Amino acid sequence: MREQDTADDHPRPSNMTSDIPRGPVWLSIGRIAVPAVLALALSGCEGNILDPAGPIAAGEKTILLNATVIMLCIIVPIIIVTPILAWWFRPGNSKATYLPEWAFSGRLELLIWSVPFITIVFLGGIAWVGSHDLDPAKPIAASKKPLEIEVVSLDWKWLFIYPEQKIASVNQLFIPTGTPVHFQLTSASVWDSFYVPKLGSQIYTMKGMAVQLYLQADRDGEYFGLSTHFSGDGFSDMNFKTHAVSDEAFADWVRMAKANGRALDEPTYEDLSKQSIGVPPSTFASVAPKLFEKIVMQTVPAGPGPARGTQGGPQVTPKGGT
Amino acid sequence: MTLFGMPLLGKLTIDAIPLDQPIPLAAGAAVVVILLAIIGWIVFAGHLPYLWKEWITSVDHKRIGIMYTILGLVMLLRGFSDVMLMRSQQAFAYQAPGFLPPEHYDQIFSAHGTIMIFFGAMPFIIGIMNFVLPLQLGVRDVAFPTLNSVGFWLTASGALLVNMSLVIGEFARTGWLPYPPLSELTYSPGVGVDYYLWALLISGVGTLMAGINLTTTILKMRAPGMSYLRMPIFTWTALAGNLLITAAFPILTATLIMLTLDRYLGFHFFTDEKGGNSMMFMNLVWAWGHPEVYILALPAYGIFSEVISTFSGKPLFGYRSMVVATMAIFVLAFMVWLHHFFTMGAGGDVNGVFGIMSMIIAVPTGVKVFDWMLTMYGGRVRLTVPMLWSICFIVTFVVGGATGVLLAVPPADFALHNSMFLVAHFHNVIVSSSLFAAFAGYSYWFPKAFGFRLVESWGRAAVYLATAGLVGVFGPMYILGLLGMTRRMQHYDVASWHPWVLAASFGVLILIASIVCQVTQLVVSIRHRDELRDETGDPWDGRSLEWATSSPPPVYNFAVLPDVHGEEAYWAVKSRALEQHRLREEPHYEAIEIPLNSPTGFVCAFFSTVVGFAMIWHIWWMAIVGLFGAFATFVVFAWRDRVEYEVSAEEVAKLDRENRASRSNTLAVSRRKVAA
Repeated sequence: MREQDTADDHPRPSNMTSDIPRGPVWLSIGRIAVPAVLALALSGCEGNILDPAGPIAAGEKTILLNATVIMLCIIVPIIIVTPILAWWFRPGNSKATYLPEWAFSGRLELLIWSVPFITIVFLGGIAWVGSHDLDPAKPIAASKKPLEIEVVSLDWKWLFIYPEQKIASVNQLFIPTGTPVHFQLTSASVWDSFYVPKLGSQIYTMKGMAVQLYLQADRDGEYFGLSTHFSGDGFSDMNFKTHAVSDEAFADWVRMAKANGRALDEPTYEDLSKQSIGVPPSTFASVAPKLFEKIVMQTVPAGPGPARGTQGGPQVTPKGGT
Repeated sequence: MTLFGMPLLGKLTIDAIPLDQPIPLAAGAAVVVILLAIIGWIVFAGHLPYLWKEWITSVDHKRIGIMYTILGLVMLLRGFSDVMLMRSQQAFAYQAPGFLPPEHYDQIFSAHGTIMIFFGAMPFIIGIMNFVLPLQLGVRDVAFPTLNSVGFWLTASGALLVNMSLVIGEFARTGWLPYPPLSELTYSPGVGVDYYLWALLISGVGTLMAGINLTTTILKMRAPGMSYLRMPIFTWTALAGNLLITAAFPILTATLIMLTLDRYLGFHFFTDEKGGNSMMFMNLVWAWGHPEVYILALPAYGIFSEVISTFSGKPLFGYRSMVVATMAIFVLAFMVWLHHFFTMGAGGDVNGVFGIMSMIIAVPTGVKVFDWMLTMYGGRVRLTVPMLWSICFIVTFVVGGATGVLLAVPPADFALHNSMFLVAHFHNVIVSSSLFAAFAGYSYWFPKAFGFRLVESWGRAAVYLATAGLVGVFGPMYILGLLGMTRRMQHYDVASWHPWVLAASFGVLILIASIVCQVTQLVVSIRHRDELRDETGDPWDGRSLEWATSSPPPVYNFAVLPDVHGEEAYWAVKSRALEQHRLREEPHYEAIEIPLNSPTGFVCAFFSTVVGFAMIWHIWWMAIVGLFGAFATFVVFAWRDRVEYEVSAEEVAKLDRENRASRSNTLAVSRRKVAA
């Protein structure tokens, strides 16, 4: 089962960057110039990270671009001046200064220690403020109450449990646009990393631990989601489509899931936790009570890993690919 | 067949040979045929005694350094063959399965990282340090010559085990760092992770031996008068690098032993069950892993410093500043490991602190870059091959450094972690620092090692192509990361990634051309070695003590140990000779004691390989035999009666007079030039 990133087909609203917080003027110039250069480089395809669809991704993009501009101020001169120095001070150039003994200057030493230091003070501030503002566990300020979603990475598919709606889905994520989503994430087997690039902030899923992540979609669309932490042979197929839809459409989807899905009881879950590759998206009409807590507390069996061979000998991994 | 109720060959059966997989089988068969052909040629052409006496059992730091470098070069090619497979797989695997199934592709990227870091870059850098350090320090050998040989052969033993996995069994399918729980027995029941563990446990001991040996050499064995602040800058960076090895490699070994206990004896260090915690592995492995970056990078900075100073015809600008920067990086290297997993959810305070600590490393690194630029200022810059490597390093390295600072900002890392952007970043820094430095060092010290220079033309082509290839491969990868592509994908369906994946694959062709140029350079240079001969031992107008002796240096390095009166010891001697138009008075020659060759290293590594192989396949009796053999080797070595032999004063005098004669000639020529 393959999925296309159909988000690319959606027209992009033109007021996308208007809600980015404003900074100093020179940063604004950078903010316009750098995306322009990158957009040129990326022409013909939509940059996932540089085209955020939610406040977290937008904040991360802003920080990325600000930091890029600051670094470019340092490295572009170095890249230009170094070859010029090497060429100008060639042996044949009689016009070049010749200082064969010159190896120290206190003033220059002060300068070359200061320039990177001041840069880092500035960037360090961005890092400190940013890592608090955009901490994955920090709730998003909004008038709406966040939607709760519990995420379990299995070998090799994503299980999404909606505890309030009492439904679940595999390899597809529906969220209402404009509502913050509170994800609690864990893994039933090995580590994965949950990531929807256009919504921002990936986070590891780990066995026996629940991590917190707040995301929000600001516009409707279908966004590519994936695991970014290598988890074994089925890793490349651990993709899912994130559908950001209107509140009504979300309610419709919940109703549909309740109407025509199976029950995710514990035996079904155990079956699901076995290794499989390229699992098509599906929904469950109901979920065993406190399933997520049980997975975190490891009171249900962990993912069993590869099946044993017929003579009990070496493992037989599901032959990968499709 | 069984032995005391256990299968004689443990888990090893004929099924371990991948008869159904043509690619590894053909590759493995080709390697075996080539190896057999080389061994056959050596034996039948009668080179075996020479090889045994002069190389395999040699405890001369120069010979061992050269063998390390050869191991590094061969393994770099082996690691590059993985690159070609990975890049072509991804080029074909757009909306298609490609030609490598996941269970094979996963082994390839795991082997690529493992081989490149542990058996390519490390031996190359350690080899250069091994060769150069005693010469720069003005001494006869490293502190523990036989230990040096043991260390090298244990590294080679690890490399052999990794490559055996190509044809017998499988390699790890976990990535180059085997994160649990994926690497635990439940999720990786095969022998792949065991190959990884035993190869690295064995070679890790070898690396630690090299680190202790070279640290001791620098701290305790310098020429008379060479105080710490008179040491060449490469020696300083090597000191920092070897201190890092000594402090960090035991962490790796301990971590891998814990994982081994999990897998072999049912322990629960990292299983996430019964109190085990996989996050601990991540912390421990990066507590080694980040210093490892600087183990590779610091000596590389030292090589560039030597090259830029020599070919600018100036002392290094801000020598003391460089020393401070080097030692600052050495300390900071241990304080930033958490930036490898900002996405674990540690919270704003922890992430913020480690983000800022990581950025602080950019300060001393930036100072180094500015010092290199100021070293060129006011000089007479000769654009030789080592110098070109250095300039291309500065230009490309700052990009990798800048993207590193970006990734040190936690929120930016949340978006780019594990992406192709990250892959591009760390390849950008490692290739342009360590690899370019290794090649710069190779072409810079080649005449010292072999007595003739390498031809410039093919070398220049290799530099330009390598730089173009670096941009061609990793430029598109940076963009792929921004497009949301993650690393280690066996196939993908996203249309916008495809052209950039193809572009990166095309870049690999440029790198292949660069490799061809470098191989050609070596072949052409060997054929024209008589025209490229370095008669004086000082082909580049060098400044440090390795250029004070002949090329190649005699086994005892220096006829008489040099007396050091300041920084740039040899430059001072040379300037005086040029001023006074004559060499120093002929010294009084004395007999020199040289340590005897010893097969201890080779034999010990042979038994270590046996132990490793036996443990991987659960052949317990063989492991016991191997352990006994390794121990017996040391007992035999400890009971040896003769330790050293003597080179007579006449022999020393004869060789040194030859070298002095050719230096006098050069001096006379330069006088005539000045007069004209």
